[in-house]
Amino acid sequence: MWAGFARFARNRMALFGAAVLLCLLLLVVFTPVIYPDDPFKLAGPALQSPGGRFLLGTDTLGRDIAAEIAYGARTSLIIGVGATLAAIVLGAVAGGLAGYYRGMTETVLMRITEFFQTIPAFIFALLIVAILSPSISSEIIAIAAVSWPSIARLVRGEFVSLGGREFVQACAGLGASDARIIFNHMLPNCASSVIAVGSLLIGTAILLEAGLAFLGLGDPNVMSWGLIISAGRAVLRSAWWICTFPGIAILLTVLGINLVGDGLNEALNPRLRER
Amino acid sequence: MSETVLELDKLTIALPPGADRANAVSDVDLALRAGKVTCLIGESGSGKSLVARSILGLLPRPHVRVGSGRILFEGQNLAVAPQDKMRAIRGAKIGMIFQEPMTALNPLHTIGRQLDEVLRIHTPLGKAARRARVLELIDGVHLPEPGRIVRSYPHQLSGGQRQRAMIAMALLLNPRLLIADEPTTALDVTTQAQILHLIRELQREHRTSVLFITHDFGVVADIADEVAVLQRGTLVERGTAAAVLGAPSHPYTKALIAAVPKLVPPAARPVNTRPFIVQARDVAKTYGARSMFGGRVTLALAGVTMELRRGETLGLVGESGSGKSTLARAITRLLPIDGGEILLDGADIARLSRRQLRPVRKRVQMVFQDPYASLDPRQRVIDIIAEGPIIHGTLPAKAREEAQALLGLVGLDPSAARRFPHEFSGGQRQRIGIARALALHPEVLIADEPGSVGASAGAGSSRRYQGTAASQHALRNA
Repeated sequence: MWAGFARFARNRMALFGAAVLLCLLLLVVFTPVIYPDDPFKLAGPALQSPGGRFLLGTDTLGRDIAAEIAYGARTSLIIGVGATLAAIVLGAVAGGLAGYYRGMTETVLMRITEFFQTIPAFIFALLIVAILSPSISSEIIAIAAVSWPSIARLVRGEFVSLGGREFVQACAGLGASDARIIFNHMLPNCASSVIAVGSLLIGTAILLEAGLAFLGLGDPNVMSWGLIISAGRAVLRSAWWICTFPGIAILLTVLGINLVGDGLNEALNPRLRER
Repeated sequence: MSETVLELDKLTIALPPGADRANAVSDVDLALRAGKVTCLIGESGSGKSLVARSILGLLPRPHVRVGSGRILFEGQNLAVAPQDKMRAIRGAKIGMIFQEPMTALNPLHTIGRQLDEVLRIHTPLGKAARRARVLELIDGVHLPEPGRIVRSYPHQLSGGQRQRAMIAMALLLNPRLLIADEPTTALDVTTQAQILHLIRELQREHRTSVLFITHDFGVVADIADEVAVLQRGTLVERGTAAAVLGAPSHPYTKALIAAVPKLVPPAARPVNTRPFIVQARDVAKTYGARSMFGGRVTLALAGVTMELRRGETLGLVGESGSGKSTLARAITRLLPIDGGEILLDGADIARLSRRQLRPVRKRVQMVFQDPYASLDPRQRVIDIIAEGPIIHGTLPAKAREEAQALLGLVGLDPSAARRFPHEFSGGQRQRIGIARALALHPEVLIADEPGSVGASAGAGSSRRYQGTAASQHALRNA
């Protein structure tokens, strides 16, 4: 574990990504202290340019953009992490069962997985949120529903290759139950690749969430980055700052997550681990 | 006395802190001479492979490095040579053959392309000249139909053919020194003899100096001009093959030579009239994908019948591909069989369900062929050994206690318990595998070529097992 951490720390870009994410996390934690007021509250005159009384300016209704971004960060992280965890659990169960039992189970589960993969992810997510009515939980469900197939395919592949390995057979030869083989031997051995892919998935989930909110399918009572951009797009030419700052926030967050994900992949994946 | 090609001068290879000793090898002096085969022999974990890697500058840095001493080759000290200089020497002046030819060849490129690449990198030869040289070499290692071989992918060749291709690749540039790291260990006996003969023949032809790493005294007797014996990192004996094999002076060498199995029938034992423990009757197994389009079907077992009595050791002999491992897996019920029956103590176990099999698992245990693949890389040694008893209801604390005791029985240090499999050499891992199988006190022990990677040491500890627990039963597939 420590060796893995040391390998991670040797990757400068991954460290930069981790620093960005740490800042984001601190921002989320201290948001209620820095901006005690509701971000939907009108804070001053509309369309104030940045640098004056308001660090990042105000939007068309006179709301403080800095406060909006701080609150939006929380939404993004909750949805990104929540949807990814849900996708990992769902994907690991489906992929694990398919890869372990093979045969009919595999055929059925993998056809279902492929069925989900054939639907364009964003449109499918739109559809689900539209049906469930926009809210944080329906966004999590929608994003998880379009993200789990990649995890399922990964876990299935790992299980198929692990299943042929002798240590799994040796364990079966000791008389171990399926649950013991799956949980004690196979899952720990594919955990590193799942963690690496899962971390990248968080970035995708945040992008999906911003897209949904931009189209007005986010929770209207919760501030999010997509919502700010959506509100500011009409005045993009006269008040550039409304769309720009949440855009930069999305860019930095997703970049940070991807850098950390790549770093984890390198540190944990034994195939890339050069001696 | 022929000239010296490479000289090791007080070579010491340092291990990272926390390893089982400070230096992998210390103060090794060795001279490799032109046209001679020097065998470096030692048990698994003695540091012999690291010596080979240090010469090529391929030590797993930064954890393992040359601590002190010199590696002299053509007036240069390779121990301190920069990487780009080493690259020019590797392949061109020092060739290397690895233990497992499948992993050393790129599965996506044809043999011809891989050989051609070596020439393209190291020589100014044109395309036609390179092709001629490749075909010449492939013919030189006695591969049939060179024209077909150059177009083949590694998986289309047998283990012996792949090793021949590797040898051809190592000799392409006429290196002055060839390092062979247990090149025949993964091969069956017949192929092994052919490969040894080939190395000997090519080495005489090209007057190459060969450093041959092995744990097998049978191989040494076949091929060596000179022998160096390595024990836990120290060179204990060195001399001509005749001198070392004929009149070993160091007690360790004597013990190693005494441990070589002799092909003489053991003294007649009283006829075993105890009841049968395992009986296989007409066991049949075919592999193959039955698909819509027919598919290819391989017959692995065609009605095999065999019997094993309690207290008996049965050796099952056959070339690779003869179905030995399939039979072993069929008896342990790791593979379903297509026909016949397998009786354990008179009861058919061939058709039991998984649940019904669990008590049977405890009675029949298997030691696997590949100690690298058969241990879970994420489990500590103690947990690997204790897992069987825990599955069968022993309290974890007690199971670990017993596992700790087993470590001693198979000749491992008690400190091994807290470590992970990758920290051990092949032979040590095989001991762990043996301890895992013994932890359940099985009535039948099936050993699937446990010695092929794990050196004579592994075989030694399974023999020791038979000595300490003579009431139990073993079926050795060796």
